[in-house]
Amino acid sequence: MYIVIIGGGKIGYYLSKALLNQGQEVLIIEKDLHICERLENELGSCCMRGDGCETAVLSEAGLNRADVLIATTSHDEDNLVSCQVAKHRYKVPRTIALINNPVNENIFKKLGIDATISVTNTILEHVEQEIPAHPLVHLLTMKGKMEELIELVITQDSPALGKSIGQLHLPDDTTIVLLLRENEKPRIPGADTILRENDRIIALTTTNSEKSIERNLLG
Amino acid sequence: MPGTQGIKQTKKTIVIMGCGRVGGKLAAMFDAAGHRVTVLDLDAYSFRRLPPTFSGTALIGNGTDEDMLRKAGIESADAFIALTQGDNRNVMAAQIAKHIFNVPRVICRIYDPLRKDIYEHLGLESISPTEVFADLLFNRLEKI
Repeated sequence: MYIVIIGGGKIGYYLSKALLNQGQEVLIIEKDLHICERLENELGSCCMRGDGCETAVLSEAGLNRADVLIATTSHDEDNLVSCQVAKHRYKVPRTIALINNPVNENIFKKLGIDATISVTNTILEHVEQEIPAHPLVHLLTMKGKMEELIELVITQDSPALGKSIGQLHLPDDTTIVLLLRENEKPRIPGADTILRENDRIIALTTTNSEKSIERNLLG
Repeated sequence: MPGTQGIKQTKKTIVIMGCGRVGGKLAAMFDAAGHRVTVLDLDAYSFRRLPPTFSGTALIGNGTDEDMLRKAGIESADAFIALTQGDNRNVMAAQIAKHIFNVPRVICRIYDPLRKDIYEHLGLESISPTEVFADLLFNRLEKI
């Protein structure tokens, strides 16, 4: 695959290194001459100096035969423009933008960027997973939709303790997809499954229903 | 007076992003014409360009930030004009105004003529001062 990466900062650099190791064809477009020289010294000739939003530069980079463009600069607006130019002018099949301000995730989606990676949100999700006391953990946000996978732990204070799944007042858009119980095989719970302490529940839900679930299951 | 009434009836809400020489001047002109003007800039020092008679709102903030635009009254704006130094910032703010807030008229300054062509093609009304000024000079000097 021919992958063009905009921005040779930390993320651009490590990403290129990993992709080159996978045997992909990688080109980094970077404005700063010194960064370009350093990248060339370390990674071989895979860097081009220029503005990744400018069509002259992108044409020279052969963007029309690129399979993927990944914009990794620290400026959201530059990442947006690179992706849009790549998509509309060069018909690059897949464009991925790094997002620094999480608010922009929605905007980018509405403006037609195929995939976005929000640095702040990604770190936040990991922080939640690493803190054991947190009762509701976001596991995965489905792309393009409001849907998400969450994990909940039933504690001794939980209003759902001792109740069956059918008795819980779950919102319509929420499905419990997995029950993880110690010393038992993970299984899909039925409506009559009684919840015990330390049960871990994986549920498919939407961001809108999150609050109501938190209230019903965690108190 | 029929004159003042005319202004009142067509009083528009205009949000301008970037209070540079052009942004400041444009804000002053719309304000003097009796319109409701809000001008946004990251640097409070830029507001020195507004005349003392300016009766609109000057807000410190980033025009590519949805919340900031809401604060600037974008939801009820009749027009949004993006006039910062950065082409990409202008393009992003203009798209937010057009596609997320559905502002009826959005104009965006893009210095780079090639980028301007792409965004015009995508339906963004844009002006390239580079093109305009080069054309102007060329036309004047053609008849030397």
